[in-house]
Amino acid sequence: MTESTKVKVLEKVVVRFSGDSGDGMQLAGNIFSAISAAIGNEISTFPDYPAEIRAPQGTLSGVSGFQVHIGKGVYTPGDKADVLVAMNPAALKTQIQFLKKGGVVIIDTDSFKEADLKKALYETDDAIAELGIDPAQVMSVAITTLTKESLADSGLDVKSIVRCKNIFALGLVCWLFDRPVSQAGNMLSHKFAKKPTIAEANVKVLNDGYNYGNNIHASVSTYRVESASVRKGIYTDLNGNTATAWGLIAAAEKAGLPLFLGSYPITPATDILHELAKRKDLGVKAVQMEDEIAGACSAIGAAFAGNLAATSTSGPGLALKSEAIGLAVMAELPLVVIDVQRGGPSTGLPTKTEQTDLLQALYGRNGESPVVVVAASTPANCYDMAFNAAKIALEHMTPVILLTDGFIANGSTAWRVPEEDEYPEIRPNYVKPEMLAEGWKPYMRNPETQVRYWAVPGMEGFMHRLGGLEKDAKTSAISTDPANHAVMVAARQAKIDNVAKEIPQLEVLGNPDSDLLVVGWGGTYGHLYSAVTEMCNEGKDVAMIHFNYINPLPSNAEEIIRRYKKVVVCELNNGQFASYLAGKIPGVEFLRYNKVEGQPFSSAELVEHFTQLIEK
Amino acid sequence: MEENKTYTAQDFKSDQYVRWCPGCGDHAIVNALQKAMAEVGVAPHKTAVISGIGCSSRLPYYMGTYGFHTIHGRGGAIASGVKMANPELTVWQVSGDGDCLAIGGNHFIHEVRRNIDINILLMNNKIYGLTKGQYSPTTDRGSVTKSSPYGTVEDPFIPAELVFGARGTFFARSLDVEMATTVEILAAAAAHKGAAVCEVLQNCVIFNHNIHSYVADKEVRADRTIHLRHGEKMIFGKENNRGIVLDGYMLKAVTIGEDGYTMDDVLVHDAKNPNNVLHQMLAMMDGHDLPLALGVIRDVDAPNYTDELTRQVEEVKGKKNFKSLREYILSGDTWEVK
Ligand SMILES: Cc1ncc(C[n+]2csc(CCOP(=O)(O)OP(=O)(O)O)c2C)c(N)n1
Ligand code: SF4
Ligand SMILES: [Mg+2]
Repeated sequence: MTESTKVKVLEKVVVRFSGDSGDGMQLAGNIFSAISAAIGNEISTFPDYPAEIRAPQGTLSGVSGFQVHIGKGVYTPGDKADVLVAMNPAALKTQIQFLKKGGVVIIDTDSFKEADLKKALYETDDAIAELGIDPAQVMSVAITTLTKESLADSGLDVKSIVRCKNIFALGLVCWLFDRPVSQAGNMLSHKFAKKPTIAEANVKVLNDGYNYGNNIHASVSTYRVESASVRKGIYTDLNGNTATAWGLIAAAEKAGLPLFLGSYPITPATDILHELAKRKDLGVKAVQMEDEIAGACSAIGAAFAGNLAATSTSGPGLALKSEAIGLAVMAELPLVVIDVQRGGPSTGLPTKTEQTDLLQALYGRNGESPVVVVAASTPANCYDMAFNAAKIALEHMTPVILLTDGFIANGSTAWRVPEEDEYPEIRPNYVKPEMLAEGWKPYMRNPETQVRYWAVPGMEGFMHRLGGLEKDAKTSAISTDPANHAVMVAARQAKIDNVAKEIPQLEVLGNPDSDLLVVGWGGTYGHLYSAVTEMCNEGKDVAMIHFNYINPLPSNAEEIIRRYKKVVVCELNNGQFASYLAGKIPGVEFLRYNKVEGQPFSSAELVEHFTQLIEK
Repeated sequence: MEENKTYTAQDFKSDQYVRWCPGCGDHAIVNALQKAMAEVGVAPHKTAVISGIGCSSRLPYYMGTYGFHTIHGRGGAIASGVKMANPELTVWQVSGDGDCLAIGGNHFIHEVRRNIDINILLMNNKIYGLTKGQYSPTTDRGSVTKSSPYGTVEDPFIPAELVFGARGTFFARSLDVEMATTVEILAAAAAHKGAAVCEVLQNCVIFNHNIHSYVADKEVRADRTIHLRHGEKMIFGKENNRGIVLDGYMLKAVTIGEDGYTMDDVLVHDAKNPNNVLHQMLAMMDGHDLPLALGVIRDVDAPNYTDELTRQVEEVKGKKNFKSLREYILSGDTWEVK
């Protein structure tokens, strides 16, 4: 390292890689986050893909971004970046809004020629000045030229060479943050294992990028980012959708059942189908049906036949599945329904995040049709909640809707691979052979839990008929008797209410002795927790509870909420959870903090709002 | 232990009181199904009968097997899930013309296209029975029904044509009044590995009485229908002297011994021919110029979905040989924190 560079020690730092969608910024970002995690940083990442599949090269709509937050106490991908890599003028123009005041910009000067500026609709020939960026912040590097020089002897054609420029940028960023390039090199070799010349070229460019940083007398500071004291174990980089898929597989293993997924492609849920379709190597049957209705219905059929059955979708698909979920309520079959929420209504904002399906999940069916509704709070938590959703479904013979969202589904964190005994056994409520002699009927229930016993086709003697028509509570035959209907409605509700006995209690985070209680649910956890932690560190008292279980609510929810002078429910919708809580816990004034912009909260806006609430 | 067990129709009956209208064609069809099941010999506990909603879809309640009366139109998708999840089960789907071809049309064509091993019983009364008499996708043009008081102004589906359009491997047809034929086609459907569609023309005495009598009435049936059997001559008629011959590219009904036609000219039915052109022509015969075809019209071997799915799972599992999720995860990109 040259003398002129200063080393800044930071607790955490946010880097945003951006470029044309063909520039490979996702790969550069992914490798950077993986090596950071491997040296003990906490990480949280978020890819920001363009909405168009193939926008014209160099245009504003073709910009692809990847933000990564590394360090200690990392709960979100970060509000804004300390360092922005912009591979072309379009990236600079669209991404500069994500840079912190005083942050560093790295640009590839080779792609800031007149034609490039025109494509990105600049009006002058000086992009930096036009965007009002302080030149002192900018590290201008001829990345394309340097990449070409680096690979001049590689024997690759120019096109393939230029394609490696993202890795030169990665090398440079590795230098800036003192990352071990050797690990990045290993990852590239692994990634391009089938194309050794490409692998070799990438590793060379990576090292040259790193050395370039080391050798120039760059006036920017380099950073040393603090490691967190993370738990011992084997780690992998995990995004929310993969975590959801794996959680289901883990549950199937614990229940000793085959896993079936019936699905239909829809952004941002499709990767769950992709992952499970690959896991035929673990015996998973993941089937792409003709529509979402068939996705849900095939899963219901699979549940009837005795599999752990799930269906994955996003909001529009959940709407299509409503009637089928009602059937699973009535037939009392185990079914996991995953809704990766996106911006709505209708097709809405497919690639953006929201929490606007909560009431649809709770109530979007005809009749008195209670289901268990749970929500995942972080990418890694998707694993736990998918597991728990499956456990509840199987043990309580009910549909369970798991709400995740585009933000945590695509975001990733470092995740410790659990040992098999870290998760509980799953014991479905099967019929027992002796029940036949005791006059078993299909809707006979465990008197304590109200869960009906599961007889699976293939079992001798237990032949029975299920259906969507109301059944007699005693004989299980079709019944239109008014009093019986009331009994069955109550039994189905009691069965769901009973689940509350098994779900974990809420824990108060932040400073429990505060006047203000922040309430959140699902994928907003990271931003809320960051904001609350930051405020508590600054001596501003805030308490927080966060819900993973929504129906039924954890049994201590009411008691905690009633303790606080002010309660503010924060969610990415117009107050759906707040109104649900208001119905369940009457007499409490639930303040609301809502945002419906297709974007996650920023920790900064939360801090500002909570501070106002405290000071008021 | 049940391997060599023989069953009677009684073994496939439930204790439920049958609630169809007296005289409804569905009574005969459920009896035929129970007989066919006894003949096929798969144990009731290894049999699942799945239906949608409609009068016809009530059928599972009357079966002594596993059964599931689901939601309108979705029986096909649910039956598909049952079969995919447990290919060991023999799966039957019971449906009406509305359930199967209107609201459930999408699932129907796709299960046929996938060639999933489900035996599909389509009870076609050309009307919505349960909702009391509206026209269905098989109702003839011009029919006056509760929802078409001035007659329908749309053409119906011919179910067979949809099956062929969806590249079906099995299609058979019967009449509710022809118990023996119905048993025969249902048993053949069960023997077929793949999606097997059995259309049974059914009389709804309340809302569409006698809609099939043009072909089903005793006095005319022999002359207006033909019972096709694989490998046999296409002969019909009261006197058994009528036959189907090829006339250019078209089929023609002739009287043997008249106009120079002899038995040698009469076509032999080949249900196993993968080419469906002739099957389609046979299935489109409607009882007017040509007799309505009954029996197994098409029964062709082709890869079926569940066998292929099972094969693929076993193949991939065999290659990778992961014992557990953890083992799989550890085979990927990981790092250790010590
Ligand atoms: C979602 C939904 N839409 C409409 C209905 C009402 N419905 C019940 S059965 C039926 C039509 C039944 O006709 P078909 O399938 O021909 O059966 P059939 O009664 O004639 O045997 C309709 C429209 C329903 N149950 N569910
Ligand atoms: S309404 Fe028609 S189809 Fe329904 S049970 Fe009565 S006769 Fe049968
Ligand atoms: Mg009908």
